[in-house]
Parts: sequence; structure tokens; C-alpha cells
Amino acid sequence: MLTHLPALQVLIPLMAAPLCLFLRRPHLVWMFTLIVSGLAFLISVALLQQVMVSGPIIYEMGGWSGPWGIEYRIDRLSAFLSLIITAMSTVVLIAAQTSIDKEIPKNRQIYFYILFLFALTGLLGIVSTGDVFNVFVFLEISSLSTYALIALGKDRRALWAAYQYLIMGTIGATFILISIGLMYQMTGTLNMADLAVLLPEVAQTRTIFAAFAFFVVGVCLKLALFPLHLWLPNAYAYAPSIVTAFLAATATKVAVYLLIRFTYSIFGISFSFTTLPLQTLFVVLGLVGVFVASTAAVYQKNVKHVFAYSSVAQVGYMIVGFSIGTTAGLMATLLHLFNHALMKGALFLALGAVMYRIGSVQLSSFNGLGRQMPFTMAAIVAGGLSLIGVPLTVGFVSKWYLVMASIENGWWPVAVLILLGSLFAIVYVWRIIEAAYFKDPVAGKEPAKEAPLAFLIPIWLLVGANIYFGIDTRLSIQVAQAAAHSLLGISP
Amino acid sequence: MSLSLETMLQLTIILPLLATLGIAATGRNPNLREGVTIVTSLAVLYCVINLYLGLKAGESISVQWLAILPGLQLSFSIEPLGMIFALIASFLWLITTVYSIGYMRAHHEENQTRFYICFAIAISSVMGIAFSSNLFTLFIFYEVLTLSTYPLVTHAGTEKAKKGGRVYLGILLSTSIAFFLFAIISTWFVAGTLELTPGGVFDSSVNKTVLAIILVLFIFGIGKAAIMPFHRWLPAAMVAPTPVSSLLHAVAVVKAGVFTVLKICVFIFGIDLLSELPSTQFLLYLAGATVLLASLVAMRQDNLKARLAYSTVSQLGYVTIGALLATSAGVIGGSMHIAMHAFGKITLFFCAGAILVATHKSKVSEMRGIGRQMPITMAAFFIASLSIIGLPPTGGTWSKWFLLMGTIDTAQWTILVVLMISSLLNIAYLLPIPYRAFFPGKGFVADNAGIKEAPLASLIALSITAIGCLALFVYPQPLYELATAILEMREQPAHE
Repeated sequence: MLTHLPALQVLIPLMAAPLCLFLRRPHLVWMFTLIVSGLAFLISVALLQQVMVSGPIIYEMGGWSGPWGIEYRIDRLSAFLSLIITAMSTVVLIAAQTSIDKEIPKNRQIYFYILFLFALTGLLGIVSTGDVFNVFVFLEISSLSTYALIALGKDRRALWAAYQYLIMGTIGATFILISIGLMYQMTGTLNMADLAVLLPEVAQTRTIFAAFAFFVVGVCLKLALFPLHLWLPNAYAYAPSIVTAFLAATATKVAVYLLIRFTYSIFGISFSFTTLPLQTLFVVLGLVGVFVASTAAVYQKNVKHVFAYSSVAQVGYMIVGFSIGTTAGLMATLLHLFNHALMKGALFLALGAVMYRIGSVQLSSFNGLGRQMPFTMAAIVAGGLSLIGVPLTVGFVSKWYLVMASIENGWWPVAVLILLGSLFAIVYVWRIIEAAYFKDPVAGKEPAKEAPLAFLIPIWLLVGANIYFGIDTRLSIQVAQAAAHSLLGISP
Repeated sequence: MSLSLETMLQLTIILPLLATLGIAATGRNPNLREGVTIVTSLAVLYCVINLYLGLKAGESISVQWLAILPGLQLSFSIEPLGMIFALIASFLWLITTVYSIGYMRAHHEENQTRFYICFAIAISSVMGIAFSSNLFTLFIFYEVLTLSTYPLVTHAGTEKAKKGGRVYLGILLSTSIAFFLFAIISTWFVAGTLELTPGGVFDSSVNKTVLAIILVLFIFGIGKAAIMPFHRWLPAAMVAPTPVSSLLHAVAVVKAGVFTVLKICVFIFGIDLLSELPSTQFLLYLAGATVLLASLVAMRQDNLKARLAYSTVSQLGYVTIGALLATSAGVIGGSMHIAMHAFGKITLFFCAGAILVATHKSKVSEMRGIGRQMPITMAAFFIASLSIIGLPPTGGTWSKWFLLMGTIDTAQWTILVVLMISSLLNIAYLLPIPYRAFFPGKGFVADNAGIKEAPLASLIALSITAIGCLALFVYPQPLYELATAILEMREQPAHE
């Protein structure tokens, strides 16, 4: 049984999805989904432990060994990512039923859970598999279910947002597929480990250059790197609150994973960074992204939009760390993957709670909420401080490593820009805090009550994690360091 | 009680935090709530005094908490400079608590429970700053102090409070992230340690230009030291209730700023290295300009609290100058000035609050003849003004004396002149207030005869601090010993 964990991790949610149809009652389905996600979480914990101790696990699907059969390859990076994904999905699901009761009609609630499980399957599949075509398949599974999840949003603009995402996402996925096809054409293999061996021989061909270019553009669409981020703000803003929380905490992270996996493990760092000018490109785009998206966040009226643009900015930080190309830089990116999931999970869930009580997340409807929903708003304050990067929160840890990594690399101006970028976060977070604590509630409106426990528990779990992992950083740093080392081929 | 000194050191930080729970729990009963605060502040003061005795007996006390990042620990230790700061802050916390009981009730302020909670957190972080043994710990508590005082500044919840809070937080948080944090990370990168070490952490091989830039980043980054152009937060913070202005913006927050500057100059750069850096001279002139300009601005303020705020900006410049002079007299003067100015300025703020509570007057121009009504308050105001100006028989004399010595030692004639002129300006903007209060001049008709002082609790508090100003003139030895000990640590390094 234990040897099958890598496959079960993906298979359990996949199999559970159709079973939801038999349960019929939304509450039962919710319990069932929660249990499935919890199970996946336990598996990922077990896998991470195993990987940290004894190195990568290779699992051959159906007993066919690679490169002909499909193999699942769980290394430290994969295990780290699946831990993030399953932990976030489980926490977010705690609030799901309460939230969608208000946002999704009863007859569609079961579909929500089915799609959610498919999305989870897809994301877990992407990080577990060791086969590039499999990556594409899982990418499509997660993307298609995500489009539908977004379209479930109450606001009619959700349809338009989902459509936008569908078009952009499909272009991205197609580009990735083209890239995979070109690589297959040159090497005749789809196995990642095999590709890593065979690609260097044909690296100097135009085909591989094209494959790499297609991949980079495709994946950047998926991870919403400026200027390919246009689909993200609306998709996050109009999707059901739970979906936003889940996507913000996981989906872009998986895209960053793909970028790291392909550039470091498949194409190889010397090809990606030396032969092609990826480093310059990414550091510029990352930083421009930080500033443009942060500026946009400052001017948004819808708070979901604020945090959506902030997500684009945070992706910018991850890309900067990635482009530094050293262990420290990679570590900074990996830490920020983890830490950003915690921040945005908490923030978007808190917005979900506001949506639940008020029915709107316009900045103006936050007026006076500080008194009416003290625990929810305190969570937004804590999450916001983490986003700014105040010490004793996870945001500080990410920032420290990112700045450290750029200085180590001699990139002083980049370090300065990273710190300046975080000043924007103060502005957009404080607009919300001022509205909640200093403005009087709109006259004549009935005062809102504090959010139900179904919301408060997951929100404060995540806020607690924001603070806990900001103080006791052993787990996150250890895993991130180990993952970065193994990616760069440094033995720990 | 037989607590070890290590425990006491931790208690100074933990007790105020624990008190927040007690304050929150007893929020419905104001007497009990204030009781909790007073008992806690007494306990903290007791611990700090014991630590002081321990330090005097030559014990070295240090505590390690967990490592947040590899190699970067939360750790605390006791050294003379931190001791000065902790002694002042804990003593004045007690006094301020007494004062605020009178003030907050007489002024019918709302949300008093939140007020006392944030206050306790702020004190906890001040203790953390005072005792931190590395820059990393110091930075963490520095940020906590900023955030915990934000709700105090915006206590009134009005539009003006919101604007003030915005400036306060905007400047303090921005400078700390953009410059201070950057300087810390650079130090960590260049020196490989953030430990506050007597004599400094940089070795002589490091490029002087890089260090000069780091120094500038530090001085600008420590926004709490209110060096122009990053001083605007201090006047903006004056929308806070008076006890906040008095303790936090005459003692805790601003002194945390100049304390950090002193610490960095002495324990990160070391005064020998500091005097060789090309940017030191520039920063000295900047601090000198701050001293002069802020004094000039203070003269034009009619609102008493605003005048005191600009006066604080100017006086903070003195401490920064003391640190940057990079000579023993400068450091002694600077660290003594932390104490002297604290006593003087807190008295002035207490008086401003007492006047506000008793007569609802906040403008200097309205305070003519007020001495007849509030003789004790205005007498205290007079004594404290003398201390700020630096005239005997008040404590301010000594710190200014050493600062002037420092400028002569290093032949900084411009700075010497600046300090002299500024003292004259101090006279011009402070002394007329008590003078007019007692001698309103011809044609002044007192609106009501008879004495109408502030609440007793407030009166006791401001009398104690005023007497403190006098006592520090007669009996400055303990302070002086501590201040000289700072540099003796430097001469006998490597005891770690």
C-alpha cells in the first residue's frame, strides 16, 4: 500500500470526483470531499517525510518502467508542492459548504465539488508526474475544471472572466503542447529524466530553441507573469470566493513549479540561463510586474481585485528569485511559494467571509466592518501585514531571502527595487484597514454579524500558520533548501 | 523572590505582553484594569532595577530565544546603553500610567481598554529593543513598536487621526523597510554577523564607500530618530491622546530611534571607524540642520503639542549628533541626553495634557495668565523647560555640556555654533509660555480666580518627573557611570 502512495495521491481525488454524483446531498458531498482532500494531505505529508529521508521516489505506472512507461517521480520539490496544494485545499474546503450556500444555487453545488476534486487531481498530477505529456494532460484537467469553477460565480461577469481565462489558458496550454511535441520530435522521449539526458545533444538546434520559447510563453500565461496576467484579476474577482481562495493559493504556484521543473530539470540551467537570455528577461519582467501590478492594486475598488493584482505582483517576486539562478534565489522563490499560499489563502478566505455576510467586497462596503466583524478584519490585518513583509510573519522570511539572494549575486539595484515594491503593499493594505476601522458604516444598513465559525476556523488556521511559520521557520526553510539543492544538483 | 537575572530579563518583555490578557479580561472594570497595568509596570520596574544592580555588580546577562532564520536569533543581553533606555522607559511607564488614569477618565476617552493593551505591547517592544543583543532582534521589536503604537496615534478615530496615522505609519514603516532593513541585510552580507559588538563588526578591509552608504541607509532608515526629511511623522502623531504623546513620542518611540542610532554607531560601526567614513560629516550637518530648522519651526507653532513635537525633533538631532561625533564625550552626551530629554519632555507633555483637561486650552496664545489657575503645572513646565534648554539646576545641563565638549574635541565648530544657537531658540520658544502664564502683563483680566488644577493623579505624575529633572542635576552619577561604561566596553572587547 505504502509503495503506491504516489499514485494514490492523484488517483484518490480523481476517483472520488464521480462518486460525488451518487451522494446527491450537498452536505454529504462536502464531508466526502473534505475527507478526500484530507486524505490527500496525509499522503503528501507521508511522501514528504519519505522523500526528505531517502531521496526521490520513482513509481512506475502499471509496472511499465520508464522511459516507455509513465513514471511518477516524487522528489523534494514535488512533495513540497503537493503538501502546499493539499494543505490549502483541505483548509479552504472547511469553509466551502457555508460559502457556496450563499453563492451557488443548490442544484449546482454537487458540480462544484466534482470540479473542485478534478482541479485538485490536475494540480497534484502535474507535480507528481515524471512525464511531460502527462503534465499536459493534468494541466488540461485542472484548467478545464477551473474554467467551469470560475463560471459558477454568482456575478454574471464570472462567465466573461471564465471565457477570458479559457482563451488565454488554452493558448498557454497549446504552446506547452507544441513545445512538448517539438522536444519529442528531437529526442523521441517524453520522460523527464530521459529528456534531461538527451536534450543537451540537440540543444543547439533551432527546434529546441523554439520548443523552449513556446514553453516559456505558455507557462508564463499560466502563471500570470506580467504582461500575460490580464486574465487573472477578473477570474479571481468573479469566481466563487472559495474557488478564488483555492486558486490563489495553489494554481499559480503549480505554474511556477512547471517553470522551475522544465528549466532546471529538463532543459538544464546552463541552457536556460546561459544560452538564452532568460535571466535578463525574467528579472526585468518580474520587477516591472511587481511595480505595475502593485500600482494597479492601489487603484482598485473591489477588494478581490486588489488582492488579485497583488498576486500578480507576488508572482513577480517569485520570478525574480527564480531568475537569480542561485541556490539562495531558488530557495527564496520556493519559500515564497509556500508563504504566499498561506497569506493569500487567509486573505481570500476572509474576503469570502465578508462576501458571506455583506454580499459584496467593494471597498466601500468595508466601512465600519472593523467593529462588526472583528475577527475577520483582524485576520485581514494580519494577512496584510504578512503581505507587506513585517517581521514575525512569513512575508518577512520570503523578503529576507529574496533580498539576500539578490545581494549575494551582486544585484544591489534589484534588492532595492524589491524592498521599494513592498512599500506599495502598505498602501493597498492600509486602504482596506482605514475603511474598516475609521469609516462609519453606511447609515441605514443593518450591521453585519461576525462570520460563522465555518469561516473563522480555516481563516485563523491560516493566520496562525502565517505567524507560526514566520517565527519557527525550520520546516519551510529546510524543505525549500533541500529542494533547491537537489534541483541544482548539490548534495546536501 | 529569587528569580535569576536571566528570568528577569525575559520578564521585562513578557510581563507587559501577559498584562494585555489581564487588561482585556478586566476591561469592564476600569479600576481593576488600571490596577493590572500599575502592578505590571511596578513588576517591570523591579526587574529592570535588579538587572541594573546585576550589571553594576559586573554580571553578564544574556538570553537566547529561538532562531528565526539560520544564524539569526532572537537574543537579548544587557549592556549599559540599553540599561539607560530600559530604566527610563520602565520608570516613566509607571508614571505615565498614573498620569493617564487621571487624564483618560477626566477627558472621557473611549476605547480605554484598547488603549492600555496597545500601550503594554509598546512597552514590551521597547524592552525588547533596549535589551536586544543583535540587530535582527532589534529590528523586529522596532517594527512591533511601530505597529502597536499606530492604534494609539489614531485613538480618536477622527478624520484627522486617520490622516495623522497615515503619515505616522507611512513614514515609519516605509523608511524601516526600504532603508533600515536594506542596511541590515547589507550589514549581514558584508560583515557576516548582526551581533552588536563593542568596537563594531566590520573589519578594516571592507570598502569605506560601501560602509558610508550603509551608514546613510541606517540613519535615514531609523525614521524614529526623526532626522529631516523623515521627521513629519512626529508632529503628525500628536493627534494622539496626551499620555501617548508623552510616553511614546517623548520617550519610547523617539528614544527607540536615537537609541538605535547610538547602538549602531557604537556597536556596529564602532566610533573609530565611524570617524573615518566619508558620509559621517554629511550626516552631522544634516542632523545639525534638523536641530536648527526644527527649532525655527517650533517657534512658529501656536498649538502647544505641535510646538513640543518640533522641539522633540530638534532635541533628537542632538543625540544623533552625539553619536555621529564619534568621540567619547559625544557618546556620553548623547546617551545622557536620552535620559535628560525624556524627563524634561515628558513633563512638558504632561503639563500640556493637564492644561487641556483642566481648561480645554491647547493653543499657546490662550495660555496667558494660566499660572494663576494651575501654579503647580506651570511651575513644573518651567523646570522642564530649563532642562530642555540645558540650564542649571536641571539635568539637561550635563548632557548639553558633554555634547559641547564632544564638538570641541573633534573641532566641529559649525556644529558647536548650531548647538549654541539652538539653545537660544529653545529659550525663545519655551520660556515665554511659563513666563506669560505667571506674568500675563497689563490689561489681562483673569476669567476666574482660584486654583483649578488637573486631576490629582496627573498632577502627582508631572510633579514627579519635574522633580526628576532637578534630581538629575544634583545626582547624575549613576547615569554618568552607565554612559561612560558604554565606551569602556569598547576598550576591553572580546569578552564574549
